[in-house]
Amino acid sequence: MNSFSYLNDLIIPGSIIIAQIFAVLMPVLISVAFLVYAERKVLALIQLRRGPNVVGPFGILQSFADALKLLTKENIIPTNSNKIVFLLAPIITMVLSLAGWAVIPFAPNWVIADINVGIMYLFAVSSLGVYGIIMAGWASNSQYPFLGALRSAAQMVSYEVSIGFVIITVLLCVGSLNLSKIVEAQQTVWFAIPLLPMFVVFFISALAETNRLPFDLPEDESTLVAGFSTEYSSASFVLFFLGEYASMILMSSMTVILFMGGWLPPFDIFPLNAIPGVIWFVIKIMFILFLFIWVRGTFPRYRYDQLMRLGWKIFLPLSLLWVVLTAGFLIAFDMVPNSL
Amino acid sequence: MYLYPITFYIFSLVAVISALMVISARNPVHSVLFLILSFVNASGLFVLLGAEFLAMILVVVYVGAVAVLFLFVVMMLDINFVKLREGFLQYLPFGALLGIVLIIELGILFLSISFSENSLTKFVQSPQINEIENTKLIGQVLYTDFFYLFQISGLILLVAMVGSITLTLRDRGQVKRQNISSQNFVDAKNAIEKKKVKLGEGI
Repeated sequence: MNSFSYLNDLIIPGSIIIAQIFAVLMPVLISVAFLVYAERKVLALIQLRRGPNVVGPFGILQSFADALKLLTKENIIPTNSNKIVFLLAPIITMVLSLAGWAVIPFAPNWVIADINVGIMYLFAVSSLGVYGIIMAGWASNSQYPFLGALRSAAQMVSYEVSIGFVIITVLLCVGSLNLSKIVEAQQTVWFAIPLLPMFVVFFISALAETNRLPFDLPEDESTLVAGFSTEYSSASFVLFFLGEYASMILMSSMTVILFMGGWLPPFDIFPLNAIPGVIWFVIKIMFILFLFIWVRGTFPRYRYDQLMRLGWKIFLPLSLLWVVLTAGFLIAFDMVPNSL
Repeated sequence: MYLYPITFYIFSLVAVISALMVISARNPVHSVLFLILSFVNASGLFVLLGAEFLAMILVVVYVGAVAVLFLFVVMMLDINFVKLREGFLQYLPFGALLGIVLIIELGILFLSISFSENSLTKFVQSPQINEIENTKLIGQVLYTDFFYLFQISGLILLVAMVGSITLTLRDRGQVKRQNISSQNFVDAKNAIEKKKVKLGEGI
């Protein structure tokens, strides 16, 4: 085995993969910082305040200042906690919220791993997200985090079910699990229009899945202090925070791919289709993220039993009905996609 | 390409070690976490085999749903670790016996039967693996050749579900419930009642 074959077979492909990962993750992490800033600014405007306006022009560097402050603080590990699991929990949350980006197509062929089961992979990664929270709650060995973790586990498992059915509805119209093919299938019309009820169900379930208001029961500050992240400080808290916002961006990009035509322009006419696909993709993600923040600024928090009722008694039957209706419609009008 | 064998060895090594840790960890919550780790690594091995659909289903169903509820239950239980250890020697011979039987069976299977002649593939014409993506492949076999078995497994799950619901659902009588639709129709007219209270009498 000479050194040349190592170079060709291991180092070059390995470093290409690592470079691709960096090329995707650095913008994601930076956009997390700006998402936090945007959230504070939009909430401030909703509440007729100014929001962050001191650090940098218009306060744009506020999130970086906050991150720096948090990172230089002492990392406190409670004496009665289970130390390894306690430290592992934020790492898992962070890693899972970044792992999903491996299959997201930003534009035609702009994807790290163009796998056949892309949407299943995203679904799997988002369903694993509950482990970070449940481990944090258990390892903290404290009442409020534990209650938060239990709430979050039940909530995420419930809403995953309806997300699964919504994904199946979209897949019936596409005939493939590949994310690029899902986007290409929306060339004529975005799925948000024929499948509008499913779009709404998916958006609300995405709010619940990312523990955002009005479903942020796991970290409900008026009853649970800070929920599962009560005992966390410094860098481990930063990881939770980053993970939460990165998974928000991931869920909105999933919404964009499934329902809003990914990188496709709204109409295939000249000035619109001259703009590169990745810009359309980012604009649509920003729109969905704005909806996330808007909802946070508008609605009061759900009560826990109402949350469960919404998931199991309304969304589940509704999405199940739509799967059957869509399948029946496709069969009746002979519109089943060819690739199926 | 060295990346393939390297990832294979990482996945299989972690899977085997975490499977060992499942039965040797002292804390049951750690056991469940190691179980989850070994599930994830097994799905990594599936991906390397080219069975990507199976890998994702393994993660979604077992890790995303079953193991969460498992962890949920184990976390809530108040377990006495000392008592848990006591029965170890008592169950050891039985466990060892089961293990030996399994190893002998696997040995017989691998030594005497060659897979190409005597396995299920002889009876079922399965499409070539590399031609179509394996999601379609599974669909083509599952809903044609194995249709009745598929329906029967669905029925078994249904029976299990009905059984568990009938076992746990009971009328508690005294529990106060809210009528959601009547709550939704509350407005200022029927929520507030105005009464004129006479002096010194009350309502």
